[in-house]
Amino acid sequence: MNNQSEQAEIVRRSLKRRYRKERRFRSYGILAIALALGALIILFADIIGKGHTGFLKTTITLDVEMDSERMYLEDPTNPDEVRMADFVEPLIVSLAKILPDATEDDRDALRGLVNAYSANQLRNELTANPDWMGTTQTITFLANSNVDVYVKHKGDDAYSIKLSEQQQAWVDELQERGVIETRFNDVFFTSGDSRDPARAGVLGAIVGSLLTMFVTLVLSFPIGVAGAIYLEEFAPKNRFTDFIEVNINNLAAVPSIIFGLLGLAVFINLFGMPRSVPFVGGLVLTLMTLPTIIISSRAAIQSVPPSIREAAEGIGASKMQVVLHHVLPLAMPGMLTGSIIGMAQALGETAPLLLIGMVAFIVEVPEGFFDAATVLPVQVFLWAGSPESGFIERASAAIMVLLTFLMSMNALAIWLRKRLERRW
Amino acid sequence: MIKLNKTLATLALAGSVAAISSPAMARDTINIVGSSTVYPFATVVAERFGTTSDFPTPKLESTGSGGGLKIFCQGIGTNHPDITNASRRIKSSELELCQSNGVEDITEFRIGSDGIVIASSKDAEPMDLTLEQLFLALGEKVPVDGEWVANPHKNWSDVDSSLPNKPIRVMGPPPTSGTRDSFNELALAGGCDRLPEAADLSEDQHSATCESIREDGAFIEAGENDNLIVQKLMGDASMYGVFGYSFLEENSDRLQAAKLDGVAPEPQLIAEDKYPVARSMFFYVKKAHIGVVPGIKEYAAEFVSPAAMGPNGYLKDVGLIVPTRDGLMALQKKLDKMPNLTMSELK
Repeated sequence: MNNQSEQAEIVRRSLKRRYRKERRFRSYGILAIALALGALIILFADIIGKGHTGFLKTTITLDVEMDSERMYLEDPTNPDEVRMADFVEPLIVSLAKILPDATEDDRDALRGLVNAYSANQLRNELTANPDWMGTTQTITFLANSNVDVYVKHKGDDAYSIKLSEQQQAWVDELQERGVIETRFNDVFFTSGDSRDPARAGVLGAIVGSLLTMFVTLVLSFPIGVAGAIYLEEFAPKNRFTDFIEVNINNLAAVPSIIFGLLGLAVFINLFGMPRSVPFVGGLVLTLMTLPTIIISSRAAIQSVPPSIREAAEGIGASKMQVVLHHVLPLAMPGMLTGSIIGMAQALGETAPLLLIGMVAFIVEVPEGFFDAATVLPVQVFLWAGSPESGFIERASAAIMVLLTFLMSMNALAIWLRKRLERRW
Repeated sequence: MIKLNKTLATLALAGSVAAISSPAMARDTINIVGSSTVYPFATVVAERFGTTSDFPTPKLESTGSGGGLKIFCQGIGTNHPDITNASRRIKSSELELCQSNGVEDITEFRIGSDGIVIASSKDAEPMDLTLEQLFLALGEKVPVDGEWVANPHKNWSDVDSSLPNKPIRVMGPPPTSGTRDSFNELALAGGCDRLPEAADLSEDQHSATCESIREDGAFIEAGENDNLIVQKLMGDASMYGVFGYSFLEENSDRLQAAKLDGVAPEPQLIAEDKYPVARSMFFYVKKAHIGVVPGIKEYAAEFVSPAAMGPNGYLKDVGLIVPTRDGLMALQKKLDKMPNLTMSELK
């Protein structure tokens, strides 16, 4: 009796310490999660804070007088005349007209407000509408990227303002009068790369990423699933299959740049495939994602209860029928999830693409698997290294586009798992 | 099941056939590889060329000068690039590689210069360094009383009492960068050679000693992202950064550059080779591809046109130090004749 109450006393005394220990242990976990979440929030705040202005463009709307004398152009349907014509002058004239203190002698300063390619835009619009000649048209142009940076980031230390004080005063005035406006940046989603931040877009990179991912998916999913089924269901368990298994696990941990080297040596140098094309990019990323898909597919097959197989075999199904009719459908959600995660990983990959030439300046949007292309993360890398400060926000905006893709792929994986998964 | 098997097998076969028989197709886009230093200029030219001519915009890869020349020299045919950019001249060993692979006829274009600057925030006091002082501040081993020892200098004033009494902290590019190569070769080795102690070094020791940067934290490798260096400099007035002139030009309202040997990195002075740490930039054209891939000659013409490289050219706006008038005239002549680069020119 005495002994028992003594024991109870010991337990009671230690109880407090044990509770404390547990609380401490739990708080470590909370701390770890808080740290991870905090880092994530800082990352997102930084990217969104920097990048949201990348989705805005600055435009300048001008009444352009198509004066044949000033433009040295009589007939806009004659390509020779168009080539020699001056499309900058009408822009300068119309700017000088609306800025009372500017004269046509401030040519360089005025030209610094419109985009360097506005003259091209004017040429294209005029050749498309030859009857504009001699009339005055209201046309909206992209502003110069220096104006774009100034309008969005006045007084921000991270950006370098390159307009003179006179130009700044003009921009302020034009903005007040509604000539210079910021609006949604459709250019960002409808054009390829450019060295002019105002004209740069991610469409080329998005299409490049989609083409590359398509090749990767079409190759890696069937090969990976077939490999997993063979290893799980048909392969004899011996030293050789053990050896293969160890190697697949090792491959999953090989740094991705190695796959790039392999791609360079085999696909480009040996097979003579062209550089910088989504097809080769897809092949290299296939090699990279295969181990991930095989491992997750095997895990999915293993999680199918043996009773299912036994039941099927019990009623006389062949091995192949067991696999195709019972095991595969039940393992499919897990396989799909693994593949989507593998694809998401491949979508964010740059290092192996560096070696096969997909880190490149490509203006035209690719149209097929053998057109030169780049991918989203590479576009981010290229813009982050560009000296023009307009690219700071464009790089962050491109990161947001990339993250949107990644998150939707992960969401798809979760949705598939939730929807299709069976609990035993 | 047999049917499914057959379909699968056919698919796999078709896939592998497509994979192997795809290449060696004609190409109508110019392929350019090469230096990351020339990349910002070449891309502007390429884009301009694409919008104003009837040819498609060339594709440009940034592979580094050495990497670019290696790919360029691999052979003739549409699977190999047509033009490579370099922030240094082609080496005779690289020309040999080219020739052994059948790339015999190459034309060289020297397209202006780039200066490597040592810059700081405008808030810092201006600095005027000689190359010796720069080497004594950044070299891994420096001579003290006739002995080569690990660099003992902590502050700039330890190197020379005329320099500010501030810790030596310099951010610069990593060893993989061409800028770093040129900085080591021109600035550090240039300063090292002026020291009397350098004369006693054997040839092997010379490059090992004179072109090594200290690794004790005074020199901070910042990766290839020069924008990051600029941002760090803005936050810390005692920090200096090493990068190409174009980044100074882009940020001229916030950064100032140190004078080297009393010369400031002004465009004119860099173009005339008066600024001590200036290098030339080049591009090389594979003549065998002219006429096979359309637009190569026209691209070269666009690059060396007065509209691009003249005194008011658009390349000047992005920070290229344009050649002198005579230099531009010589380039125009070169474009007409397209002379072959010969081994004897490189020696």
